[in-house]
Order: sequence, then structure tokens, then C-alpha cells
Amino acid sequence: METVVAPKKKTSGTRPVSRRMTGAQAVVEILLEEGIEMLFGYPGGAIMPVYDELYHAKGQLHHVLTRHEQGAIHAAQGYARVSGKVGVCIATSGPGATNLITGIADAQIDSTPLVCITGQVASPLLGSDAFQETDVIGISMPVTKWNYQVTRAEEIPSALAKAFYIAKSGRPGPVVIDITKDAQFAEFEYNYHPYERIRSYTPVPQTDPSSLDKAAELINNAKRPYLLFGQGVILAQAEEELKTFVEKTGIPAAWTILGLSAMDTDHPLNVGMLGMHGNYGPNLLTNECDVLIAVGMRFDDRVTGNLNSYAKQAKVIHLEIDPAEIDKNVKADVAVLGDAKTSLQELIKRVKPASHEQWLARFRECDKLENEKVIQEELHPSSDTISMGEVIRLINEKTGGDAVIVTDVGQHQMVACRYAKFVQSKSNITSGGLGTMGFGLPAGLGAALGAPDRTVIAVVGDGGLQMTIQELATVYQTGAKLKVLLLNNEFLGMVRQWQQLFFDRRYSYTEMINPDFQLLAQGFRIPTGLVEHRDELEKAVEEFISTDGAYFLEVRVGKENNVFPMVPSGSGVSEIRLE
Amino acid sequence: MDSEKQEFTITAYTENHVGLLHRLTIIFTRRKVNIESLTTSESEIEGIHRFTIAVTETEDHVRKIVKQIEKQVEVLKADCYKKKEVVQQELALYKIPTETLTNGLEVERIVREHNARFLTIERNFVVIEKSGYRRETKALFDELKPYGIREFVRSGRIAVSRHEHGPGKDAPTEDLN
Repeated sequence: METVVAPKKKTSGTRPVSRRMTGAQAVVEILLEEGIEMLFGYPGGAIMPVYDELYHAKGQLHHVLTRHEQGAIHAAQGYARVSGKVGVCIATSGPGATNLITGIADAQIDSTPLVCITGQVASPLLGSDAFQETDVIGISMPVTKWNYQVTRAEEIPSALAKAFYIAKSGRPGPVVIDITKDAQFAEFEYNYHPYERIRSYTPVPQTDPSSLDKAAELINNAKRPYLLFGQGVILAQAEEELKTFVEKTGIPAAWTILGLSAMDTDHPLNVGMLGMHGNYGPNLLTNECDVLIAVGMRFDDRVTGNLNSYAKQAKVIHLEIDPAEIDKNVKADVAVLGDAKTSLQELIKRVKPASHEQWLARFRECDKLENEKVIQEELHPSSDTISMGEVIRLINEKTGGDAVIVTDVGQHQMVACRYAKFVQSKSNITSGGLGTMGFGLPAGLGAALGAPDRTVIAVVGDGGLQMTIQELATVYQTGAKLKVLLLNNEFLGMVRQWQQLFFDRRYSYTEMINPDFQLLAQGFRIPTGLVEHRDELEKAVEEFISTDGAYFLEVRVGKENNVFPMVPSGSGVSEIRLE
Repeated sequence: MDSEKQEFTITAYTENHVGLLHRLTIIFTRRKVNIESLTTSESEIEGIHRFTIAVTETEDHVRKIVKQIEKQVEVLKADCYKKKEVVQQELALYKIPTETLTNGLEVERIVREHNARFLTIERNFVVIEKSGYRRETKALFDELKPYGIREFVRSGRIAVSRHEHGPGKDAPTEDLN
């Protein structure tokens, strides 16, 4: 291998305007200039020069060595989502880079700001099928907000400056910067200037004041207004504005799972969860409201069900930062472009104080029905088998809703989103758009490292856990105080539920003969607990929450429990089933 | 009305960067929309490139695609036009054997009548050039066919809007990079 001259230890304080350094040194220098404190990655041949620089920067920049690149990127996502900062991820060429793709696609669809740096074979070898060469730019293009291949060291500062600016501005998203090995080795005159704008890119579109007037008029004249909020509220840091807006107007508000935690779950105007497994009232009453106000959400099909019978009676107001989302799924009568914070601030000035008691009472009636038919039994089961819901209820009791809940994908995810309480924003981290199994554990790791002072719980199922279980090793090595809650039903539960309901109980390859998770977690040197009977549950949850450090709690839950309510695939929201 | 497929011309004013073509074409492939032709060239604005993309699709679909194109970081502006909203042309080249000219005046007459012209006359072949609508270049093709077309090529559609100013007038172009 070629050798790199060991750089001098970085000195803090004033940096000269221009210094001679290698491309690899520049990468680390830029991460520091961008205020990055932590990154997640996995080394390999084509990224070794940068790793050598990371070695020298150990005191300032903490690199987390995951056990798989997919673990690294999900950890970066968890870190970004909990902290609101850009997540940084680094991997080598070829398989290192392709292993990132699932997480990049996940970040793209869930608008998570990431900068992914991948090594690439030396530029003269590009296109030669060199060892560990793959077309990372081509492969990642459909799932990145922007990507760029650097072949000369001189390009590194502007490419990375652009990458950070694009990743975090406007509607955030993942960016890939692919750097050839020769560009990492080459020396150049280093000079760094963060980007403040790019002429071809409008991160936040201008808000048309007349759209705000029209929206306010609709809202002020509405009899049954209804607000839906998504992650746009969290990304714009518009939580206070949302609260002020709904309190002033008395409008009931429901959340998408990406918007969850933007508003206290116990707020009297927070009426619950939208979507396929959301609450009864929030789904049903979508088709009874007269004005529907969507804030920073994109009318995902899991939220709307069949669009032909979705809110047809309502005037739709869409507050959205991304013009491409307007009229994409649901036609907006009034589109308010701009970021949620500014748009809500402007709307608050224009709307009249109001209350909608009768309309709210409709939600309460629905709640009552859902409580009787579903919630009571889920949270306080009459049968001997433990339900997922009662575990989440106990967690709420022990944490007071002040925990970060990271979920994987499936039944446990829906149950956690439905029943977890939240008193703080950026506290629900889940793979919403892509539905990536294997997300929970590594994202939980990233969240625990990004919010070391908070209680971070990764709620996972036995299926998803086994997709990225190797990251328990990273939990141990980093000392992350991650609490892993395994809700084990020995099934791919959500698929099994669909097989039961829609495929006549043909359980095709969904039952799992599992390993001994206790031994496995202990093998990873993590303290464990196991609950098989209800009488052990509360004490175990107590210990789970109070342990200062990582902990792995496995709860054996009902094998064939189902998540209800449910809007069957292809049905409209008002066809929501309670049983 | 929106569900009828029709001819659209999509224009995009862009930076001239490596990979942007791929970034734009995958917007179509992802939705299984066929690109009938695609040309890129300089635009009326210095340093700004222009894509002209021809598709036959429903209006609703095309409008969504245009928004996705405009969303790309390196795209300044994207628009779409129905057939009547643009002045459009294609360029076609026809290579036929030279002997078809020496065997009579028919080919010369056809070329004249179609407002086409001889681009070059070589010992063994001649190249005829014709610009016009698809149906016009096709009509010439059909008439020349009996004489033996050795090679034929037609360019992608290029088009300018019928508005007084081009769509690029709204593109923010002050160079701050």
C-alpha cells in the first residue's frame, strides 16, 4: 500500500486560510469545520487514507465502528433524527458502498439529512472492473437528494460543502460523495467555504401571501376543521407554532408516524394516529371534516388508503416545503408553499380564535368505541398471554413519556407508535416510508449516542432484530446506553396477520424457530432479562428502565395477536375495521 | 381529459454536470414512462443547458414528472407543453445510392417537393437532409423507400415555446457559485 505522511496533530484555534494537505486530511478537516462530532462507518481498501486521518483526529471526531455498513447508515439515521443534525456515514467502495443503499433509500423517503462518504478505486481504474469497484454514483442516484464523484483532491472542499448544505437545507435528504483513492492521497491547497446557496436549487420556496389568506379564510369559516401533521413540523422545528395554532383555532390534530412526538401525545387536541393501523376517529373522521389542513406531510398511501374515497368532501389546505408534493396524491384546494414554521406563524396571525366542541366530541365518541373494542384489551389483556401493548403501557408508566422510542418494522412498530406517550419532540424514530426491517437496533444505537442524556429504547421484533443483530457488538463496544426491547412472538407477525386475514391463514414462511436470544445477547456481553409470564413483567420493565447502561429485555408476547384497528389494503379510511 | 395520453414536450434548464442526464431519465424509468426523444444543448442563457424531452403521456402524469425534474438540485426550471404550445422540429438524414440519381429525375423531384436538400453527393451514396414535423420526415422516408434507403436517422424533437419569452426567463441564473 502507498504510504501517507502522518499529519501533525490538529491544533485548535485559528486556522490559516490556505494550507497544503492531502484529500484525506481535507475530508477530516471539513467534518470538523462542519461541527461533526460523530460519524459511523466501516473501513476498507478504498477509504483507508481517510481512516488514517480519522486515527489522527481521534480526540475531536468520534468514529463508531459498526459491524456492517447497513448498521452504520441506520445508526447515522438514528443519530440525525434524534439530534436534528446531519448524520455522517463512511464506507469503502464496492460492497461497502452497496451495503449503504438500503439506509440511503430509507433516508431519502423519510427526509433524513445524511452525508455518506464512500471510497472509490483510483480514478485511472474507473470502469475497469477493478477490485471492489462498483458504480456507486449510478446505483445511489435514484435514492439520493444529490451525489457526486470526486476524482481530484481539489474538488473535495466544494463537493463536501455542497453535500452538507444540500443534505440539511430545505427538505432534507441523503447525499453521497464518492471519492477515488488517488484523490484521497493527492496533496492540494486546502481552502474551505461552506455553501450558503446554489443557483439551481431553491431549498425553501417562496410563500404566496394570498395562499395564506385563502387558507385562513377556509379555516375561519370551517365547521369541522381537521389538521394532520407530519415530520415537516419536526424538521422545521415548528412544534411550538403547531401547538399555538391548534390551541388558538381549537382544531383537532392527528399525526403520521413520522410526525409523532411533534406534539404531546396527551394534549387534549391531539386526537391520535393516522393510517392503516392508526386510531379509529382520526381515520373515520377524515371523511367527515369540511376543511383538512395537512402540515408537513405527504399523504402516503399508508395514511390515505384508497384515494378515491379519501376526504372527498373536504377542502384541502396543504402546507408543504416541497412543491413536488403538492397535488401528488391528494389535490390541494389551497397550497401553502414554504417551511412549516414560517407558514404556521403567518397563519396564526390570520386565524380567529375558535373552538369546535361538538366536532371534538365526535373524536371522543370514536375513542370510546376504539377503547372498548381494542385499546382496553390491548393494554390490559384479559387473557394470560402478554400483549405488546401492555409492555408499551408499562414503559410509559416508568418513563413518563420522556424516552426516545426507536422501532423496527412490523406489528411491534405499529403498537409502539399507537401506544407510546411522548412529551418531547424528535423522540419517535422509525422507518416509515421504506419500512426497513433491521432499522431498529442500529438506529437505536445511533440515537443513544446522539442523545446520551436521554433514555433510548429500541423496540424490535424477533424478525427485524435478526437482520442487524450484529450491532449488539457495537452497542457493547461504544458503551451506548441503549435499551433493547425484544417483543418476541416467534413470527413475522405483520405478514402473519395479513396471511390470517387475507390469505385464509396460510402461514407461508412466517413462523420462526429462533435462537436463544438470552444467550446471544449475553454473548454480546449485554445484560439481559426475559419475561414469559405477566407477573414478572412490571419488575422486569422497571429494571430495564432503571439500569444505567445497555440492557436487553425479551418479552414473549402472544404468538398470534393482531394489530387493530386496520384499514385493509385498498380500502378507504372510513372502512377502518376495529376487529 | 386528464387521463388521455397526448404528446408533451418537457423542457428543463439545467447546469451542465456529469450524471444529470441519468438523474433526469430515472425519473421516467421509475414510473415506466417511455422517453420518445431527448436532446440537450446550450440554451439562450450563457452557461445554462437545456433538455428537450418528448413523451406521450397523460397530463397529470407529465405535470408530476415535471415537478420531480424541477426538484433536482441541478435543475433551474422545468416546464411542459402541449403540442399546440410549441414550435417544434426534427431533423432527418437519408442515405440512398447515387445511382438512383443517375437513373432518372424522380429522386430530385421528390427532394424538391419535400423541401429537402442534398447534404452531400458522393460516388456511391447521397445524403438528403430534411427538417420538419415527424409526419413530414416520415412522408419523405416513405417516398424514398423504393429507391433503397441505406441508412436513416432522425434527431430528437427540438422545440421552442409559443410564448413571447422563453421558459428560461424565470430561471435564476446569477452566478454565485
